[in-house]
Amino acid sequence: MRMSRLTDRLATCFFWLAGCLIVLLLGWFLFKIMVEGLPQFSWHFLFGKPEEILAGGGVGPQLFNSFYILFLSLLFSLPIGVGAGIYLAVYAKTNRFTGLIRISVEALSSVPSIVFGLFGALLFVNWMHMKFSILGGSATLALLNLPVLVRVTELAMRAVPVSYWEASLALGSTRWQAIRRAMLPSALPGLITGVTLTAGRALGESAILIYTSGLSVSRHFPDFNPLAMGETLSVHLWYVQAAAVVPDARQIAQGSAALLVIVVLIFNLAIALPCRMLQKRLTGGK
Amino acid sequence: MTNQTQWSRTQKRKESLMRLLFTGSASLVSLVIFSLILFVGYQGVQTFRNIPAGEFFLSTDWTPSQNRFGALPFLCSTFLLTLLSVALAVPLALSGAVFLAKIAPRAVREMLRPAIDLFVGIPSVVYGLIGMTVLVPLLAKLFPGTVGYGILPAALILAVMILPTILSVSEDAIRSLPQRLEEASLALGATRWQTIRRVLIPAAAPGILTGIILGMGRAIGETMAVYMVIGNSPQMPKSLLDSTTVLTTAIVKDMPSTFYGTAWNNALYLMALVLLFISLLLILIIRMAAKRSELS
Repeated sequence: MRMSRLTDRLATCFFWLAGCLIVLLLGWFLFKIMVEGLPQFSWHFLFGKPEEILAGGGVGPQLFNSFYILFLSLLFSLPIGVGAGIYLAVYAKTNRFTGLIRISVEALSSVPSIVFGLFGALLFVNWMHMKFSILGGSATLALLNLPVLVRVTELAMRAVPVSYWEASLALGSTRWQAIRRAMLPSALPGLITGVTLTAGRALGESAILIYTSGLSVSRHFPDFNPLAMGETLSVHLWYVQAAAVVPDARQIAQGSAALLVIVVLIFNLAIALPCRMLQKRLTGGK
Repeated sequence: MTNQTQWSRTQKRKESLMRLLFTGSASLVSLVIFSLILFVGYQGVQTFRNIPAGEFFLSTDWTPSQNRFGALPFLCSTFLLTLLSVALAVPLALSGAVFLAKIAPRAVREMLRPAIDLFVGIPSVVYGLIGMTVLVPLLAKLFPGTVGYGILPAALILAVMILPTILSVSEDAIRSLPQRLEEASLALGATRWQTIRRVLIPAAAPGILTGIILGMGRAIGETMAVYMVIGNSPQMPKSLLDSTTVLTTAIVKDMPSTFYGTAWNNALYLMALVLLFISLLLILIIRMAAKRSELS
């Protein structure tokens, strides 16, 4: 009896230790990135043009391309992803077709991003002759977003109390009216949270973009031409470390890393958190 | 059903149009995965016109300039790297999951959970950079005679990357167990540790397995972070700190020097196809685990 109480105490200590270790590990990680990256920030670094050979290049075009590609990819994937999510949440019956859609979503979300990258290089870059371009990159990135958006939409729609749906139908609305007037508005906070998190992840994606949107940037800045090459910030971070000849490659990489993490943090804190709170209030603090 | 007769014609038309759109987008998602398998598969299988399958899967000699395409080192390194990173991540992730689900006070949990989810969203190049600037020099110092690149730093970085995934899925699995399991065990006089070890973890095993497999999938498919610390020589690793290449990084490294349609380029597509099949296989395993937990 005393023995088991002792092991219980020990186990509790062990789990606290494990918890602290994880916090320390993650905290140290964040700290390290910020300490090394923040000193690199300057107006010129954040918004200036990159250099090929000399030190002191900025990441302005890359930062711009990151958001431009993200925006375009969401433009392509949001309607389809949300549509498929609504289908699964509202219309789907348990039959073979639904089963096929579900396994497709699961399979698609497990595909490694480099495989998407090769697929994009094959389909968009080679066969559709888009060359390495912002358009090709964002079309490929849209494929990566798709399964996540489907799942996020389905979850958000299912979190809406069934009574909303029933009440709306009972008042004589069509299913589409019920979706648009009752379900979507109350699913919106959850949906926005999910889309934001998806966007944060897509922003940091790099393997998928190297061979679809390319490794260099347009000479003009900002260049909205979707057929221009569009190296993004995360690709740039990798590229300066792996292949570039600029003497300050390491500083640029560290600065870019901090910048990426800050953007992801902002995405999480400024949009996702308030939405989560709002949703809690709407659904009665579950 | 009677109210359907009261819908106006515009309502009806809109309803069927929207239904068509939603079904259409769902079908499109299916179409994407099938065309992905088809196109990557088609391009990959072309390899066998120039390179016998035996050479590709069994030879260790990767010298594209002399038309020798043996991908065995990449396959072995991928396998080794994945196993090692999962083995490193699972103990800590599982302990963390138990801690968050059953031991941590509510306030600690509510703070930690979003923080851990945040780490899933940190770009992999950032992990790679930390590995390259911190871990590799450290390992080189700890093990004199090596340069610090290889499977070991890659596995450590991957372990940190997949930790949040395994942790959050496992925690959900433990928390979603019915309360009565825990209560019954405690009422029988078991301590909390005994309850965790004998009741909660076995009962949550299918969910934990799902988390581990998801983490494994992420480790196999990870490219950029691994590229920055593994050394990238196309050879069998002689030790954990010997430069080598995995499937994903082989694709990234060789892609710029190949032309569309050549045997070399096709061989890279074949590697992508292998990766695709591995990840589909993992999904099937998750499905089977889920089905088994439903039955019991």
